[in-house]
Amino acid sequence: MAVRVEHAPFDYGREAAAFERAAARAGAGAVVTFCGIVRDRPGGGLDCMEIEHYPGMTERALAGIEAEARHRWALSAALIVHRYGPMAPGETIMMVATAAPHRADAFQAAEFLMDYLKSRAPFWKKETGAGQAQWVAARDEDEAALSRWGDKAAPRPEGDAGKS
Amino acid sequence: MKLTVLYFAWLRERIAEPREEVETEAATVGALVEELRARGPRHAAAFADMGAVRVALDQDLATMDAPLAGVREVAFFPPMTGG
Repeated sequence: MAVRVEHAPFDYGREAAAFERAAARAGAGAVVTFCGIVRDRPGGGLDCMEIEHYPGMTERALAGIEAEARHRWALSAALIVHRYGPMAPGETIMMVATAAPHRADAFQAAEFLMDYLKSRAPFWKKETGAGQAQWVAARDEDEAALSRWGDKAAPRPEGDAGKS
Repeated sequence: MKLTVLYFAWLRERIAEPREEVETEAATVGALVEELRARGPRHAAAFADMGAVRVALDQDLATMDAPLAGVREVAFFPPMTGG
């Protein structure tokens, strides 16, 4: 029931613990949490990852994705936190948490939230390392991951046959 | 009609502006893109590969053939890379 888009670092462990306690009070029997971390390049060399977003649309898109998850699965609670701005390797970028009476709903909803926010929420990553800055290209695998959920919720925005 | 056009990520960098106000009679997103391309080499470079451009109308994802009637804010950006 919560979506947060923010610049400041957050404490994943503390967020997960608070979510779990609230979910337990609400009668949930299962909690799934996931966090994404800024990954260094193989062998190192990444100085900074900067995330740009579209204020207004970002919150709207994430709320829409969360509402769709709640429509599809019996969730007691859901949380999405996503940062923007510059981050160093090892920093936490984002997290999702889902709570449900039973684990299958919590696991599936968490995967659904991740699949959709990777390709349908307006965030863009730019990596800087060795004096060069480069926008991260969208991956075909991420787009393909959406197809398993059926395409009614978020059809591919442009018919460009997998090109990205 | 008057539109606010926003650019993000490398489209913003190529055009060298995050937003502009545009007076247009374009009926669709595609027609608007044609008009924007004619503004100069920066715009032409940003819209050179439309397979790599996504669009949102009033903050909802849309397609290039979508009508612009009633729209106030158009945003162009590359495929999203969140998570």
